[in-house]
This record gives sequence, C-alpha cells and structure tokens, in this order.
Amino acid sequence: MRTLYAELNKRFPLGELTVQREDLGFITVEREHLRALLLHLRDLEGFTHLVLLTAVDWMEEGVFQLTYLLSDRKKRCDLGLRVMIARDGASMETIHDVWPTAATYQRELCEMFGIDFPGSPGVHDPFILEGWTDIPPYRREFDTKKYADETFTHRAGRETNDPAEYMKKQLYPDGA
Amino acid sequence: MVLYQPDRSQYPSQKADGSLDIDLTSGKYLKLWQGPQHPGITGNMSLELTVCGDEVVEAKTHVGYLHRGFEKLMERRTFIQCFPIVCRICVPEPDFNEYCYAAAVEELAGIVAPERADWIRTLILEMGRINSYMMYLGGQAGSLGQGVIGQWTTYVRDLMLDRFEELTGARIYHMFILPGGVRDGLPDGFAGRMEDTLQEIERTMSDVYDVMFCNAVFKKRTVGVGYIDPALLEPYGVTGPNARAAGVVKDVRKDQPYLVYPQLDFEPVVGHDSDIFTRADVRRRDVLVSIDLVRQIIAKMPKTGPLMTKLPNVLHWKIPRGETYIRGECSRGEYGYYLVTDGSGYPRRVNVRGPSYTHAVALLERLIVNVNISDVAALMVSLHTYPPEIER
Repeated sequence: MRTLYAELNKRFPLGELTVQREDLGFITVEREHLRALLLHLRDLEGFTHLVLLTAVDWMEEGVFQLTYLLSDRKKRCDLGLRVMIARDGASMETIHDVWPTAATYQRELCEMFGIDFPGSPGVHDPFILEGWTDIPPYRREFDTKKYADETFTHRAGRETNDPAEYMKKQLYPDGA
Repeated sequence: MVLYQPDRSQYPSQKADGSLDIDLTSGKYLKLWQGPQHPGITGNMSLELTVCGDEVVEAKTHVGYLHRGFEKLMERRTFIQCFPIVCRICVPEPDFNEYCYAAAVEELAGIVAPERADWIRTLILEMGRINSYMMYLGGQAGSLGQGVIGQWTTYVRDLMLDRFEELTGARIYHMFILPGGVRDGLPDGFAGRMEDTLQEIERTMSDVYDVMFCNAVFKKRTVGVGYIDPALLEPYGVTGPNARAAGVVKDVRKDQPYLVYPQLDFEPVVGHDSDIFTRADVRRRDVLVSIDLVRQIIAKMPKTGPLMTKLPNVLHWKIPRGETYIRGECSRGEYGYYLVTDGSGYPRRVNVRGPSYTHAVALLERLIVNVNISDVAALMVSLHTYPPEIER
C-alpha cells in the first residue's frame, strides 16, 4: 500500500495516507485531481472495480467527505479516495462516464445529502423518496426522531421503555 | 449459443442527449408497469417499461417501497443498539449484515473475536447462503411457470430454518453474530440433525435438476436469453454468481478470504455462457458447494472454547475516529459495510453495499432493453436481486 502511495504521489499531489489494513488504505485527494487519479488507477493500476461511492457529513467542519472505494481483485487490495467538498452548495464532478454504475450512487447522494453532480444521468430524479419536500434526510441536521414525532402518532396502549435505561437494567443490574 | 437479434427498424431514434425519442401519443409505444404488486417482480420494487409491440425499448427501476432509513437510524444508536437492526436490511439472507457490521466494529475498536466464534459465523453464513438460493431457485422456476419447484425449495428452506431456530432461537432474523463473537455454541445433537437436513436438500436438488434444468421449456426460455457481456462486469460492478456465470471467477471467499474460509477446501463454481440458464446452474451447483462446506465446518470446528470476547461497557462504548470497509461473499455477490467512527459512542456513518444496488438498477435497466415482455420476469429474477438492500 505504501509503495503504491509513493508511486501515485510522484504523479499526483496526494494528501494523507491512512493504512487501515494491509489490503485497505484511504488517501485524501483534492477534487481537481480526482478524475485523473481515478482514470490512472482504473486503467494502469488494476483498480477496475468501483466498490461504492458514498458521503460522510462532517457538519461541524462544514464539509462532506466523498469516499470513492476502488478494488483491485488480482492484487487483493482496496483503496478509498477521500474528497472533501464544501457543504454549502455541495456539488461534485460526475464520474458516470468512468463507471456507468456511478450514476446510481450519484443520484442517491443528490437525493439523500443534497450533493449535486451536474451532467449525471437522471441525477435529479427521485430515487428512493417520492414527493419529499424536507431537507435531504441524510444530512446531520435532519432529526429523524423529531420528524417521526411530528409525522406519526403513537399507537395507544403500547408500553414503551427508554432503550438506554432498559439495557442498563438488563445488562448491568448492579449499576453501570 | 444463438443470440436473439431484434429488428431495430421500428425502434425509437435517440435524441442528442442520448435519451430515446419516445412519443407515447403516436400509439407505437406503451408504458407498462411491472410491480410493485406483481408475481413477476422480486420483492418491493417495480419496473417502468416502455414497450413497442411486445419488446421493451426502455426500462426504469423504481425502488423505495421499503425504505426505512437504516443507515440514518444507526447514527442515533450506540454501537450495540445497531446490532439488532442491521439484520433487517436483507430479509432472505440477513446474516451478512450481522457479520459485516460486527467485523467492522471489531476492527475499529481493536477487538478480536474468538476462533470458535469465527467457525460458527462461517457456518451461519453458509446456512444462510443455502436458504437464499432456495428462495432464488423457487423464484426463477416460478418466473417461467414452474410453481412446483418453489414448493420443494420452500420445504427444504423450512428445514434449514428449523436448524437456525435451534441454533439461534430465531428463524428469519437471528441477531446472533454480535461484535465480539456469537451468542451461543451448537446445541446437543445439532450435527446429526444438520446432516439429515443436508441429505434432504441434496435429494431435493436432484429432483430440481431433473424437473427444472432438464426441462425443455425451461431451457428454451433461458438459454441465450439475458446475456451479460463479460466486458460489462467491471463498469457495472457485477459480482458473485452473475460474474461467475460469465466465466470470471469473482468470489470474495477466495479473492480476499475472511473468517475460516482459508481452512476450507472448495472451488468457486463457474459458468461460461452468461445467460439466464447458466446463472441458475451456477447457483444450483453453488448449493452443493455450500452443503459440502457446512459438513467441513461441522467436522473441523473446535468443540470447546470461548464464544465471546469481553466487551467494554456497551452503554458507554466509544470507538476512536477511523474508517474501514468489510466485505463478504453473499449468495448474490459482494456484500460490504463501510463504517466511519468519530470517537463518540455512535457511528458517524454506516454505508451498506449490497450487490443488488448495482445489479438491479444500472445493469438491469441496460439488459432489459430488446427483451420480450414475457422474459422480463425471468431476466430480473436471474440477477437475484433483493430490493431492501438497495434502499436500506
């Protein structure tokens, strides 16, 4: 993993490398270098499989982390590319022409996090939610409990327990 | 193998943006919805088909009928509270969620499960694989009118559910593989009852082979239909039996071995024709491999030893900042969990990578074009997709 990182670093300005396992590493990349790096990894380094594309909301830092996880099956190696983009007006270049299946991931990210991918096929079409008018629900500021309390009613006659208190009583009856 | 070559002269032309120029008012085309309530659909999804005569010219997959927001829900739950809900992400084969989640938490928390727990985890995953294939075989035969196959496979699946029940206490959602190990060991006499079940499954698989795979109608409807070009595998993220039926040996159990698979003797099943028939046959033979693996596991596994590592107080369990990805080979292909932690007592992000995500949307929408309406159900089922793992 470190050898690959050193080789890549000669061609692309890369950020920090995190070696999670012998066969899994994560590299931070500036957004303007992502596309060239993806093409290089796919065409020359054998990372032909896009495992997933997803986002992590670091709301406190005002950024979304986009994670592009690639896999080289022959070398038994996975590489995650982390790209930080601003949360305000979040937008990222599409890669559907590099991996057609990325269009599905980008469509979901647009719907769930509000990250736009201009030019990605059907990116603004509803994917899972239909008629959703609230903020994108996978953003950290969307409160699922508040939404559920406001949208649904509790069924009468049901006994409910606070999960944390209930677990404490069951798992640590002598006090935790 | 003879591939079907449709007459393109009646088909719509393409616009500049690549979309099809379909004028529904012309009377040439018809919108047809297959699902979400339809015998020829897998689970809670639907296909929006545009047909010209009886051939599909465009298809869109619609999901979201079973969206429960698991990934978001987990961000509000402690690590141990996430454990009983992850299995609900995939109904027919829930154990991969438990394994991938548990392994991801263990890795980031620096915990190692005992060896005996790894053997039992592998046993459960193989039992689940057999069950998942039983549902598939019934569905695949049913999509072409062979209802009896589904009755047979449901019967033997029920026998395996009995084994699950005596091992875990539950039939569908087992909640058995938790971070740190497994909840219990094998009950007394389990090995003998499992052997009886495996022999019954083998007998049924022999009948399934005779009645389904040697059936002229089944062959006529599936050979050469639903061809996946091997060149599409990487661009469309195709894994598992769908890839192996195209001659590409993709199997996480061999490619990146996990649990006790390096200690087991098996070879991934491969096919070459990449059509519906080959995909079904790869899965049929995969059942036999899993039966053999279950026997090997029961014979080789340690009979004594710890089943759980001591965990910290789970009510105050904080995991340092980090991220990881854990994958396994489920019956449909690569199943994985991407887990991000931020040093708090809650996951920062959990992303579930189910094989259906790529197979049932981008790949299916492409494959279904030019297919006859009557073959749509068989083609979709042949990709072995479970919609809940798409919408999580």
